[in-house]
Amino acid sequence: MARTLINAPSVARRGEVIEIRATIGHPMETGFRAGEDGKVLPRNIIQSFSCRYNGELVFSAELFSAVSANPYFSNDTATTESGTLVLSWEGDNGFSQAESIQLAVTA
Amino acid sequence: MRRILALLLVCLMGTAGAQNPPPKDSRRSGFEDMGAATQAMQKDDALNPGMLWVQDGEALWKQPAGASGKACISCHAAAQSSMRGVAARYPAFDTGLGRPITLGQRINQCRLQHQQAALLRPESQELLGLEAYVALQSRGLPLAPSNDARLEPFRQRGQQLFMQRIGQLNLSCAQCHDGLPGKRLAGNVIPEAHPTGYPVYRLEWQAMGSLQRRMRGCMSGVRAEPFAYGAQELVELELYLKTRAKGMAMEAPGVRP
Repeated sequence: MARTLINAPSVARRGEVIEIRATIGHPMETGFRAGEDGKVLPRNIIQSFSCRYNGELVFSAELFSAVSANPYFSNDTATTESGTLVLSWEGDNGFSQAESIQLAVTA
Repeated sequence: MRRILALLLVCLMGTAGAQNPPPKDSRRSGFEDMGAATQAMQKDDALNPGMLWVQDGEALWKQPAGASGKACISCHAAAQSSMRGVAARYPAFDTGLGRPITLGQRINQCRLQHQQAALLRPESQELLGLEAYVALQSRGLPLAPSNDARLEPFRQRGQQLFMQRIGQLNLSCAQCHDGLPGKRLAGNVIPEAHPTGYPVYRLEWQAMGSLQRRMRGCMSGVRAEPFAYGAQELVELELYLKTRAKGMAMEAPGVRP
């Protein structure tokens, strides 16, 4: 399990725009660098990030070799109803991680 | 090439001022010379990537290790109280060894003697995590190097190393960091080299690193053979730098460009 830093409100008013910020610990090895033995290190990157709000996709991104290690994303969404935000990262070597945030929406 | 020569000339011209460290009240942390975005990254714990290592450290603090089956927390209890101010006074004199040791070395010594666990490799995620977690407990406190008299000869050697010209470029630490802070070396502002935020998350490294890694980087920059991790010289330099920055606020885990 990779380490994550997630910052999002747990309570918001209906219609309010909230910001979801997430950092994940990942080496993002580009696939172009040589290791100490001179051999090229195999690529190991996160290829996609998505944020789903009660199953509906509200933000997604594709990542490539140029993205730095420990990538950070910030995205906004307008709140509709209480539920779950699911952040998920997928990448090389079957890397897959999902984190859930419970959000309570008040009238 | 011409630009590099000009830079070198600027560096060499600063030699005259090398003997006069900046007056105490005007000392600047490298934080103040960073861009607004990088400052914001350090200030916000939800943004600061160093907090990823702090998470590791917090988990390791509670996790039993070695033959003793003890965790750090078994003896030290909650780090929030027991480790407050600890990082601010390292390197400290170790009576058994008869020399100063860094916080990282103390953690490893504790692992060996009290936990009977394997030593953590310098710059490993685990060691930096524990260092960052312990250092975080001193955030905001003034750097308070130990005034143990037995440290004095080591501190003096550290100062002498700071003043000594090294490498093919024949530069001392003092020539840039005492003589030319605030000026530029290529695109970077030369900092006063106050170790207030270590271990730091450095954007260039895309990772956390210790003060020893930073100093080794500077040494290869002037084309000198860097001292090995854990070398006595690096501990002495750290001791001098901490004394030079005495009273400045701790920032760990810092973020640097």
